[in-house]
This record gives sequence, C-alpha cells and structure tokens, in this order.
Amino acid sequence: MHPVLRTVLQRLGLGVLTLIVVSVVIFSSLELLPGGYAENILGQGATPETVANFKKELGLDRPAYVRYFEWIGGVAQGDFGASYSGVGGTNKREVAHVIAPRLYNTFFLAILTAIIAVPLSLFLGVMAALYRNSWYDRIVNAVTLTTIAAPEFLIAYLLMLLFALKWKWFPSLSTVGETTPFFEHLYRAALPAITLTLVIVAHMMRMTRAALINLLASPYMEMAKLKGVPAREAIVKHALPNAWAPIATVVAFNLAYLVVGVVIVEVVYVYPGIGQLMVDSVSSRDMPVVQACALIFAATYILLNLSADVVSIITNPRLLHPK
Amino acid sequence: MNDTQDKLQAALTAAARGRITRREFTQLALASGVTLATANTMFAGAARAEPKKGGTFKIGVGHGATTDSMDPGLYPDQFTGTALWGTLANSLTEIDADGNVVGDIAESYEPSDGAKKWAFKVRKGATFHNGKPVTAEDVVASILHHTKEDSKSAAKSLLKDMTSIKADGAETVIFELSGGNADFPYTVSDYHMPIMPKNEDGSVDWQSGIRTGAYKLEKFEPGVSATFTKNENYYKTGKGWFDRVEFLSIKDVAARTNALIAGEINYMDRCDLKTLDMLKSNPDIEVQEITGYGHQVYVMDVRAKPFDDVNVRLALKHSLNREEIIEKVFLGHGQPGNDNPIAPTVKFAVEPQPKHTYDPEKAKAFLKKAGLDKLTVDLSVADAAFAGAVDSALLWKENAKACGIDLNVIREPDDSYWDNVWLKKAFVASYWSGRPTVDWMMTTAYAAGAAWNDTFWANPRFNELLVAARSETDEAKRAGMYAEMQQLLHDDGGLINLMFNSYVEAHGKNLGHNKVAANWQLDGMRIAERWWFTS
Repeated sequence: MHPVLRTVLQRLGLGVLTLIVVSVVIFSSLELLPGGYAENILGQGATPETVANFKKELGLDRPAYVRYFEWIGGVAQGDFGASYSGVGGTNKREVAHVIAPRLYNTFFLAILTAIIAVPLSLFLGVMAALYRNSWYDRIVNAVTLTTIAAPEFLIAYLLMLLFALKWKWFPSLSTVGETTPFFEHLYRAALPAITLTLVIVAHMMRMTRAALINLLASPYMEMAKLKGVPAREAIVKHALPNAWAPIATVVAFNLAYLVVGVVIVEVVYVYPGIGQLMVDSVSSRDMPVVQACALIFAATYILLNLSADVVSIITNPRLLHPK
Repeated sequence: MNDTQDKLQAALTAAARGRITRREFTQLALASGVTLATANTMFAGAARAEPKKGGTFKIGVGHGATTDSMDPGLYPDQFTGTALWGTLANSLTEIDADGNVVGDIAESYEPSDGAKKWAFKVRKGATFHNGKPVTAEDVVASILHHTKEDSKSAAKSLLKDMTSIKADGAETVIFELSGGNADFPYTVSDYHMPIMPKNEDGSVDWQSGIRTGAYKLEKFEPGVSATFTKNENYYKTGKGWFDRVEFLSIKDVAARTNALIAGEINYMDRCDLKTLDMLKSNPDIEVQEITGYGHQVYVMDVRAKPFDDVNVRLALKHSLNREEIIEKVFLGHGQPGNDNPIAPTVKFAVEPQPKHTYDPEKAKAFLKKAGLDKLTVDLSVADAAFAGAVDSALLWKENAKACGIDLNVIREPDDSYWDNVWLKKAFVASYWSGRPTVDWMMTTAYAAGAAWNDTFWANPRFNELLVAARSETDEAKRAGMYAEMQQLLHDDGGLINLMFNSYVEAHGKNLGHNKVAANWQLDGMRIAERWWFTS
C-alpha cells in the first residue's frame, strides 16, 4: 500500500476512535456540571413541577448511559438529534440546522483569514530568513511578537477604535445573516479577519524563518552558494521545498485555531460564529448542540493535522518513495 | 397673552409638525424677544415632541442566547421580552408609563363576586398579522397554553389561582379565581402571556410568530437578531412609528457602546457604568436613567439559627452601609433600599419608618438584645445573583466589623447558583426584577409557603392582610393594609434590601419619546411601539 494512503487510512481510523473518546468526555463532563437545561432556562422561575415537565419532554429523566447510546447511535447514522431549545414545538430545531449557518460563518471567517495570513506570513518569513538580523528582520519580529503577545480583545478594540469609530472604514458590528450578500459578508468580516491575522501571523512567520535558517547551514545550501546561485533563488528553490514539513504543521495548527478558538473575537465584533454558539450551549446545557460542536472541533483538528502530515510526506521524497 | 406670544406658540406648533425650519423659527423667536440659545432649545424640544413616522430602529440588547425560543412561556429575559413580546405581541392588558394597568387586547374588564370573577372584553378591531380578528377563543387558548398539565411555562405559577377560563360569546372571556384578586388585570399584563392565534385542535400557535403587535416578525435568529416590519393594520393609534425594527444581541458592553457611537444601533441597554461619563459627553448621545422595580437583596432564612432571632436580623439590617456600596460598587446608579421590596414608583408603596441605615451603635444594641456580644455568620454570594454581589458583600464585611459582626463571605460558583445556593443556604445574595403590584410581589416572595419565599418568613398578620387586601376593592382601605404589610416586612422580615437598581440606557438624540415606563427596561419592553425618530 502506498505510504500516503496508509497514513491517511490509519489516521482516519484513529480519528474516529478519538472522536468517540471526545464525545464520552464531553458528555460525562456536562453530566457532572451542576444544574440542567430546564433550571437554566427557567432561572428563578424553576419550580419542581415545571422542571419535571421539562425533563420528561426532553427525555432527561432517563439514565445518562441510555441517553448517550441513543445519541451516539443517531450520530452514526448522521442524525445529530434536536436542540433542546426547540422542544415541544412541531418544528423541532435540528442540531444540523442550528449549527449549519454558524459553521458557515466560522469557515468563512477562517478561510478569509487564512487567505490573508498564510501567504503574508510565508512571505514575511522568507524575507526575514533572507535578510536575517537586518533591520527589516528585527522590525518584523518585533511587530509580530507584539501582536501575538497582546490579548485578542485588545487588538480587536484597538482596530475597532481606529477603523470603525475614527475613520469609519469598516462597521463596528459584524452581524451577518443567511441573507447577507457575499461582498457585504466580506466587508463585515474584514475587521475580525484582520484581528485574527495579527494574532496568528507571528507563529507561522517565525516557524518559516526558523526552518529556513536551519536549512541554510546545511551543506547543499553551501554548495548552491558556491555555485553562484543568488540568495533569493537558493532559498525559494533549494531551502523552501525542504522546509514545508514544519511550516505545514504550524499552518495546520493555526488554521485549526481559527475554527475552534475565536470566540472572543466573535463576541467583540458580534460575529455569529460557532464559538459563541458552543459557549451559549454549554452554559445552558444544551447537550446535543455542545456534543455536535465538540465533534466538529475535534474533527477539524484531526483532519488538519492529517493534511499537515500528508504534506510532509509528499514534500519529502524519502518518505514518498520508501525503499 | 399678547400678540407676539401667540405667534410664538403658533410657530412652536408648526415646528412640532415639521412645517417650519429652524431658521424661520429662530427669526420669529428672536423677534419676540427670546435669546438665541433659548430659541434653539425651544425648537428642538418642539420638534421632538411630535411623533414622526419612518426609519429603521436598531436596538442593541445585552441579552439573547441561541437557546431562545418562540414559546412565550419560556421567554427568559429582555431580548425575547422586548423583541418577541413588546414589539411583536400584546397581552390582555399593559402597564403604562405611570405604572397603572390599562387595557390592551382587552378593551375593558369588570370584576364581580368580590374580584373572584373577571370578565375581559376583547377589543373590537384587534387583528392578528394574518388579518384574522382576535376572538375570545384565541385568548382562552393563549392563557391555557401556560396552565395545561404538562406546561413548562414560567407563567404557570402566576396563574395558579385561576380555576377556570372560558369564552362567553366571541368577545368576552371569563376568568374564575379561587380567591378574590383585585389586581388580576396586572397579572395578565405579564410578558409571558401574549395573545396568540388558536389552532384547530384547541392548542395555540406560538411557533409561527403570528401575533397582534405593532410590528410583524420578519426573521428571528436566536442569539443573533430579530427583525420586524411595520404592521399597517395595528389597532392602536399613535403607536408604532418605525418602518422597521431590528434587535441585535450584543453581549459585550464595549461592542454595544461602540456600535452606538458609530451609529450602527440607535439604542443600547445596560450601559457600562465605568465609562458612562465619557458616553454622556458625546454630543449625539443621550443617557437615561430610570429607577426600576428591580432590587438587589441579601436574604436570611428566618427559620435557621441565628436568623430566627429578629434582633439578629435587625442588627444585620443596620450593619450594611447601603450608600457607600452604591457609591463604590455601583458608581451611584441605584437607590438605597429600606428593607421593603416595593419600589417607590409602584402604587401603594410606602417608606416604612424608621429608615434602616448604617448605624453600628444600633446594630450593637440589637446584638445585645439578642444576648450576643459578637456574631459570626456565613454569607454565600456570586455575581450570578446580581453583578456586584461579591464586591458589595466584601464591603459589607468591612462595615459589619464595626458592629461586632464577622461576616464570612463565601464565594459560590455562578453556574447553578439558583439551583444549589438560593433557597438552600441560610444567608445568600439574591435579585428580584420586581412586580408591578404590591400583591404580586408579596405573593411571589413573602407569602407563607410560596415557592419563591426565599426568607421562609411566615408572619400570620402579614398573610392575613395579604389575602384580605387582595379582594378589597376600597382603595383607601387597601392602601392602609399594604402600608401595614410593608411595615411588618421591614421590621420583622428576613429581607435586607441593598438597593433598587437603575436601568441605565443610552440612545441617539434623534429619538423621541413620552414619559418612560419603569416596570421593565427598554420603556417597559415596549420601546418599539412607543418611540419614534425626530429626524
């Protein structure tokens, strides 16, 4: 079997196993949390009678393991169940319907950010490696390290202050809906995307720079230099192909972060992404939605890591064509 | 009145209708001997007072969750309350800006049989958004939605005294209660009880969002937004001026403030108190502060030691420096409580004497009466009870030291505070959003055996008066009874009322309004039908 195929299959198998473990962990930790959906929705208004009615209707009066197996059985068949919030109505709110628009928004923002951030940090990293220890290198390092060290909400507020309140180039609210046209969505998502770019650029850029500098010391780079290959060409043609593996790993890591970890940016810009949905659902104990979000997050990590590994195999002839 | 003043008056009226410009008005006003600044103010005031149609009104609300439901029995807070009730729907009655109950879907209502039987007459001309007229059957189905056996509604307990409800013809609804209740019209003004269309099978259609209000539902995305368009056939005249209304859930207060400053929303609730002065200095923004019915309290379980001794309770009531806490924790936005849960704006409210204030000497004297030199008590708090509960408790601890009381402040987790701490521990922080009548508040929280009686106080005289006052239709006698009840609660109850909180909200100066209601935030949650744009 081809090594790439074997890795992919192996990892996917392990991934499914991981997902099952994640679902058990999430389910049991939600069970351990005090309070339940009914108590949270009713708040002070929770009388034992209304809570009991609630639980009965949601099926929460049954033991936890029964509910878990019922749920996981449904998931195996592609049915994520219904959110507790639509209970009692004729139009049940399917988890898939609750999540889909939010997931779309999150991916939209993640992809938009990736389109800006990945080429930018590769470019900055290559340039920094090329002109290492120059003023350019130092300034780029200082700036990106500052933006990664500053908390996201601070960057978000600063950008909002400058671009939305002072110069009014962008809106301060990024509320989008299903009917928002594509370009308006792009315009409204611009500030969150810039914020996230500032947050993730340093990591990728520094990894690119470090990987390249590491390679510059190797004999074949010395050889290229002796041959008279110009520095820029040497880096792009000879060093970069060998540096893809570590860079891909870091890029995958940051992309995963863009999907699962941007709840603060979502809250500040009021962007309806999946992070906010999951936080809401956890605090109200809307189990089916939390579970589905957790599975999506776990799957994102698994798939992105897998693709990083595939990239490192493909870019390394020794792994791609084993003896 | 002389000639120039007549002219000025006429000009003001014209300005109000938008018929003359500021320049024309100013010229006229200057001619009649008014200074320029006064003329400008007069013009702005007049131009604001007269409502105008049109515009998209955008409101940023600090509530809203993805679990919000269209089911009115489950409306948890201001987002669903203001958007899906105050904008979209109507109850049988409503509370006006002065705190009085007036008919809404109900044109009129009559008690009989010692206020045990209430007949509500459905307003002629009231229609649902689908064009169908509202009938008595719809009202019955809407109320039964909350009381049916398997109901999850938060209004179920409000209606527990209702023994039957039936339609008498197409226009009249008869409620029968197990005991007389002169305040019953207030009960049905609750935001959990909008009137909805009845289904064929007798149940009620809460899912579709077809209601009776000034605006029709365009789209509701739980936890994100709700948008509405004008209902051209609204049965109330002089209400519902906007073309469109949009509610946005913006939980981050800085984001909400920025959106208001940037002009992306016209109105925000729950301003950030720490930066309020900066917001006030913005020339385009007006900040308004209303003392509401809501109050932030500490409650003692009067059955538990040492709170079973009234002297201990009084010592604690005198050991709290309410003014200082309001000044330091709430930056002055609140009104000190006097261990009476009835807000001063509620009908029949009194100020029981002597006023409970911080007085270490008195507190010590009460402790001595209880036979104690020193007192050590545990106080369980969390910010889930009310924002600032923990800070207030810590300040109180310092206040109490001077009174010989050692308050041991225990910080409880926010999650599940209402399940595991409130009503479970003996001395806790709590919050009441308040009720529009004395009876409602007292029945909910201080009647013996009430589910939410968080002080577990059971005073025979108080409970006797509560029942007697409920069916008393003589206003003066009622007022006397309610005054005595408030005094009893003040002297003997387990309630320590820290403060009545203020609704601090901000809006663009281009909005006009009449007197703002105090029963809920956002002008009694009915801001969308009551306010308008002036320009």
